[in-house]
Amino acid sequence: MTLLTVDTLSKTYATADGPFAVLRGVSLTLDAGESLALTGESGSGKSTLLHLIGGLDSADAGRIVLQDQDITQMDDAGRAALRRGTVGVVFQQFNLIPSLKIADNIAFQARLAGRHDPDWCAVLADRMGLTDHLRKYPEQLSGGQQQRVAIARTLAPRPALVLADEPTGNLDEGTAAIVMDMMLELVSETGAGLLMVTHSQALAGRLQRRLHLRAGQVA
Amino acid sequence: MTRAAFGALLSHWWRNPLQLFTLLAGLALATGLWSGVQAINAEARASYDAAATTLDEGRYDRLVARDGGPFAQDIYVALRRAGWQVSPMVTGDLDGVTLIGLDALTAPSGMGPVSLGGDMDIGAFLMGGAQVFANAATAPRLDGVEVLIADDLADGTAVTDIGTAQDLLGQAGLIDSLLVLPDQSGNLPALAQIAPDLTLQAAQGGSDIAGLTDSFHLNLTAFGLLSFAVGIFIVHGAIGLAFEQRRGMVRTLRALGLPLRRLIGLMLAELLVFALIAGVIGVALGYVIAALLLPDVAATLRGLYGADVSGNLQLRPIWWLSGLGIALAGTLIAGGSALWSIAKMPLLAAAQPRALAMAAGRRARWQLIVALVLLAIAAVLVFTADGLVAGFVMLGALLVGAAFALPPVLNAVLAAASARAKSVTAQWFWADSRQQLPGLSLALMALMLAIAANVGVSTMVSSFRLTFTGFLDQRLASELYVTTENAAQTEALIAYAATRDVAVLPIQSADIQVAGQPTEVFGTRDHATYRDNWQFLQSLPDAWDATFAGQAVVINEQLARRGGLALGDMVQVGAQTLPVAGVYGDYGNPIGQVVLAEAAFAAEFPEVAPRQFGLRVSGDVSDFVTDLTEATGIGPGQTIDQAGIKAVSLAIFERTFTVTTALNILTLAVAGFAILMSLLTLAAMRLPQLAPAWAMGMTRAKLGRLELLRAVMLAVLTAVLALPLGLALAWVLLAVVNVAAFGWRLPMYLFPLDYARLGGFALLAAVLAAGWPAWRLARTPPADLLKVFANER
Repeated sequence: MTLLTVDTLSKTYATADGPFAVLRGVSLTLDAGESLALTGESGSGKSTLLHLIGGLDSADAGRIVLQDQDITQMDDAGRAALRRGTVGVVFQQFNLIPSLKIADNIAFQARLAGRHDPDWCAVLADRMGLTDHLRKYPEQLSGGQQQRVAIARTLAPRPALVLADEPTGNLDEGTAAIVMDMMLELVSETGAGLLMVTHSQALAGRLQRRLHLRAGQVA
Repeated sequence: MTRAAFGALLSHWWRNPLQLFTLLAGLALATGLWSGVQAINAEARASYDAAATTLDEGRYDRLVARDGGPFAQDIYVALRRAGWQVSPMVTGDLDGVTLIGLDALTAPSGMGPVSLGGDMDIGAFLMGGAQVFANAATAPRLDGVEVLIADDLADGTAVTDIGTAQDLLGQAGLIDSLLVLPDQSGNLPALAQIAPDLTLQAAQGGSDIAGLTDSFHLNLTAFGLLSFAVGIFIVHGAIGLAFEQRRGMVRTLRALGLPLRRLIGLMLAELLVFALIAGVIGVALGYVIAALLLPDVAATLRGLYGADVSGNLQLRPIWWLSGLGIALAGTLIAGGSALWSIAKMPLLAAAQPRALAMAAGRRARWQLIVALVLLAIAAVLVFTADGLVAGFVMLGALLVGAAFALPPVLNAVLAAASARAKSVTAQWFWADSRQQLPGLSLALMALMLAIAANVGVSTMVSSFRLTFTGFLDQRLASELYVTTENAAQTEALIAYAATRDVAVLPIQSADIQVAGQPTEVFGTRDHATYRDNWQFLQSLPDAWDATFAGQAVVINEQLARRGGLALGDMVQVGAQTLPVAGVYGDYGNPIGQVVLAEAAFAAEFPEVAPRQFGLRVSGDVSDFVTDLTEATGIGPGQTIDQAGIKAVSLAIFERTFTVTTALNILTLAVAGFAILMSLLTLAAMRLPQLAPAWAMGMTRAKLGRLELLRAVMLAVLTAVLALPLGLALAWVLLAVVNVAAFGWRLPMYLFPLDYARLGGFALLAAVLAAGWPAWRLARTPPADLLKVFANER
C-alpha cells in the first residue's frame, strides 16, 4: 500500500548569486513499512526533499501525498498537525529539549500529538538502553545516547512515516552502527515507512531501496 | 499539546533558576520603585481631596472680622434674618488636632463628614449631638472626646457640630467665619449696614494645594520612571538571554508540530505569568518603600506647601493596580522584541543559539542611529524647550540616547586599547572584553543611567543648598521674629521696641491674583535692611527708592517668569497700577510675590493687620527676648531668632530631597544588581571562550582575577562617561525643569569631591557584583573546562 507519493517536486532558493533550483522535478513513492535511503552529494537536495516531505518547508511546484493527504495544499497549521501525528523526524543534531529530563523528552512528541502511551515509552526506553538514564538531562548523556533518545521520541507517537536526516552523522562508526540497528529494528516493528538521508553507502545498503539525487534530480 | 509545550517552555526556567530570579527580581525591583512613588503620590492626593471636602476653604467667599479674631454669633443671626445665605464655622486647636465646627443644616453640600461608616448617627449630628468625627489615625489624639471614625476626613482634622466645637474650644457664642453661599438673592442689604466689623474675603482658588504640589509629584513620578527604566534594563537582558538560549528549543518544538501561533501565545502567557508574580512582589516592595519614605514626603509637603498629608499609608487600588499594570507593560516592552524575533524566525534557522556578539553587531548599528537621533532631539530642545513636559522629553531623550550610545563608545575605547596592547595577555584581555561587551551592555547602560542620575540630582541638590543658604542669609536679615496674638500685643511690641531703639519691620501680606497668577502682596516698611540685603536678579536704578515711595513694586522671579513680566512692565495690585522696578530671587516659594510700600499696602488692604514682625536687635537677642516678655507679655513661644528660623528652613530643605536621594541610592543598587546578574548568567556561557586560554596555560585563578579586573575596568569607563551625562542632566534640571516646575532658576555649581565619592561607590558596586562570578570561575573544575573540547558538548 502506497504511503507516500512525491510527484515532480521543485524548490528554488534565492541566493546572493540569483535563484538556485535545489530540487528539479523529483518524484518517488514509498510503501508502508518500506525503507528508502536518499543519497547524493552535498547540495544535491536530499535534506530539502526531506524537509518538504516532513512539512518543515513548502514546495514551489509538484505534489506530496502522504496517507492520501496533499501536504503541498496544507497551511502552516495543517503542516504542524502533520508533524505532530503522522511524521516523525530524526535530526542529525538530536534536537532534544535540554531542560527536560530524558523520560520527558521521550514522551514529548507523543504528548504533543495527544497519543502518549507510558507503557510504549517504557518499552522504547528499554529497547534503546535508556532505562538507567531516564532521570538525567540530555547534557549528561553521550552523543550516541542522545540520538537514541531522539529516535525513541520520534517513535513514541507511532508515526506512519519516519524521516531521518543523517541520524548518525554526529556519531563515531561503532556507535552509529548500534544506533542504526536499534532504529531499523524498531521502525520495522512499528510498520512505519522510513526515508533516510545519508552519505554513508554502508548505511544506505542496509535499507530496502536506495534513491540517488544529483543536482536536484533523481539520478 | 498546550500543556506539554508550556511545560517544556517552563522547564527552561527551572533548569536556569538564576535567570528566573534575575527576571523576577529585576521586574519586582522596577515595579517596587515605581509603585512606591505612586503610593506616595496617591496618599498625598487623597489627603488633598480629604482636606478639600472637609474644609473647602478655597471655594467660598468668607466673612471674617476685620481684626481677624472671633465674633459674636448674633451677627450671624442678624445676617440670616437680613437674607444673607451664610453658614457659620468655628476652627480651633484641640489636643493638636484642627477641630472644625459646622452647622450641618446651613453648610454647603459636600462639606463635613462625608461617606461615613455605619456607626454614624446622622440625625444626632444634624440635631447638634456631641459627635466628633475624625479618621482612624487622628481619633486617638482626641482625649476624652467620643470620636466616630470617618476615613474621608483629612489627617489631623476633626469635624463636629458648631455648638459642640464652641464648647470644646471654649468659644461659647463666638464664631470665626461665615461661609457665603453661592446662591444669594439680588437685593441684599449692604454688609456694612448689618455687620460693619466684618469684611468679605474672596474665594482663593489660586491656593489650591493639589495644583501647587503637581510639580513636586511630577518630579517624583519622573524619578520613579527613571528607576523603573533601570530595572527594565535588567528584565530586558534576562528575557533576551533566555529567548536566545531557547532558540534551539523553539525550533524543535515547531519541528515536532507545535503551531507558531500557539507557541507565541504560550511564550506570551509565560511572560505575563512572570509579570504578574513579579508585579505582586513589586507592589509589596513598593508598599514598604512608600511606608519608609512617606513621613519625609509628608514633612516636605507641609514645609513647602503647607499641605497636610497623612503619614499613614493605605493600600489604594489606584497605585497597586498601576504597579501591576506597569509590571505587565514593562515585561511586554522588554520581551516584545524577543517575541517578535521568535515569530519571524524561519523554522529551518540554525538551531544553535546565535552568538550574542553576532546578534549585537547588527543591533549596534541601529542602536547608534537611534542614539544619535535622540541626542540630536535633546540638543534641539536645549534651545527650544519651554515647560515641564518639554523638559522631561529632553531628559528622556538625553538619558536614553546616551544609554544607547554607550556600547558603541565602549567598543571603540576597547578597540583602541586592544590596538595598543603589547603583551599577549593584554591583547587577549582587551579582545575578550570586547566579546563580553554585548552581554554586559544592558547592565552597563543601567549603571550609567544610575550614576548619571546620582550626579545630576546631587549637583542640583547641592547647588540648590548653596544658593538657598546664601538666600536665607540675605532674606532672614532680622535678628528676631515675633508673632503677636492681638492688636494690643502689637501695640505693646512697637512701643517697647521704640524704647530700645529697635527697628520693627512688619511682615504683612494679602493673597491676590497678579498677571493671572496666585500672588502674595507684601507691604514693606522703608528700611535699610531691604536695600542692604536683598539682591536683585534684575533691577532698575533706585528700585527700592521707587518702591518705598509708592511709585513702583518689586516682584519675585516666579511671578516674573510665569506672568511674563519684565522690568518696567505695569502690574495691577488692587486699584493701583505700578511698574516693576526689580526682580528678586525667591527660592523655595511656590507662588508669586509683589512687594509694595507699607502705605500703599495699607491703602489697598485696610483689613489686614500685621501680626508678624522682624526686629533688628543689636546686642544679645536672648536678653532682649527676656526683657520683651517681661515688658509686654509676649511669650518666648511667640518669638524665634534668626538662627532658629534658618535651622527650620534648612531642615525643611533637607527633608525635601530625602526622597529623591533615597530613590537615587535605590536606583544605584538596582544597577549593581543588574551587573551581578548579568555576570552570573554570562558565566556559564563564558566557558567556551575561557577554556582555550586555560588550555594554553593561563591558570584558573588568573582567569578569575582578569574577570574581576574586566568588570572594574568597564565600570570605571562607564562612570567616566556617566559624569558628563550627569552634569548635562543637572543643567536640564536646574535650567529647564526647575524653572518650569517652580518658577526659579538656580546657578549651577560643581562638586568634584562628591563625584569622586560616587565613582568610588560605583567601583565598589562593580567589585561586589563581579567578585562572586570571578570566584566561581577561579574554582571551575577542570572537567567542566575540558567538556568544551569534547564532542558531546
